[in-house]
Amino acid sequence: MARLNVNPTRMELTNMKGKLKTAKKGHKLLKDKRDELMRQFIELVRENKELRRQVEKGIAEANAHMAVARSVMSDEALNVALMLPMQEMSLEITEKNVMSVMIPVFETKFKTADANDIYSYGYAFTSSDLDDAVKALSDIMPLMLRLAEVEKSCQLMAAEIEKTRRRVNALEHVMIPQYEETIKYIRMKLDENDRSTTTRLMKVKDMMLEDAHHYSEKQ
Amino acid sequence: MFKIAAMGDKSSIYGFASIGLEIYPIEDPQVAIHQLRSMVDGGYAVIFITEELATQIESELDRYRELPTPAIIPIPGIQGNTGLGMRNVSKSVEQAVGSDILSDA
Repeated sequence: MARLNVNPTRMELTNMKGKLKTAKKGHKLLKDKRDELMRQFIELVRENKELRRQVEKGIAEANAHMAVARSVMSDEALNVALMLPMQEMSLEITEKNVMSVMIPVFETKFKTADANDIYSYGYAFTSSDLDDAVKALSDIMPLMLRLAEVEKSCQLMAAEIEKTRRRVNALEHVMIPQYEETIKYIRMKLDENDRSTTTRLMKVKDMMLEDAHHYSEKQ
Repeated sequence: MFKIAAMGDKSSIYGFASIGLEIYPIEDPQVAIHQLRSMVDGGYAVIFITEELATQIESELDRYRELPTPAIIPIPGIQGNTGLGMRNVSKSVEQAVGSDILSDA
């Protein structure tokens, strides 16, 4: 494996050890973050799928009513009936922090006091199927908003999980092995230096003793 | 205060007007892309878009996936369900996990 290009000194060794410790700690924390995010994400996705099924069913129903209304009423009458909506819906968004992912929380606001104030027409010239269609849509609306909330959260969390996963992998498979390798390299270099110093000293000592006592000549 | 909008062919989204959504009857993908871009900064929290229209501008929609707002939610139009919505959910799972582990037949 690639080792970092550093000078094999005691100073660098201490540095590397510190970095390795930090990397390991970071790795553990990120791994925990990933696991928790994943757990919440899976829960959210399940809810997302369920909501989607319900919403799609509800809209199909509303569309069916609408189609009938459309066939019974003239286009003009329909346009006139729906031209000026009574109700206006708006949202307040607050954010919720889930493992450092900001997910939106919606709060619905209506313009008129009564949320059921949805029929923007007198009943004289419209088909009752239009009422059904509008009612069906209004019934499904809270679910649709919850769906929007959950689906957006899923998308945001998916992006965050992907990022975290990459970081965890980078630490686990690149950074940490790299540091370990470098530490090993510096240690071996330092040991080697020690040994070479020892042998040099022994040799020098031998030579000095030889100078002083002339052992080789006496034999 | 954030607004909610519905976008797509007229017959699919007309009903939403009565319950207080802003409707944008658009069928041309180019116009839709243009409209979306101007809506992103325009204080819209949720944009419901019919699946027929969404399939045509999928790459554009992907750009808004990771922004906190707006949430662009595909809904089935009057032509019926194309399964795009569910596919989008699977896409999130795939992005997060690596493969779609929650797909049920």
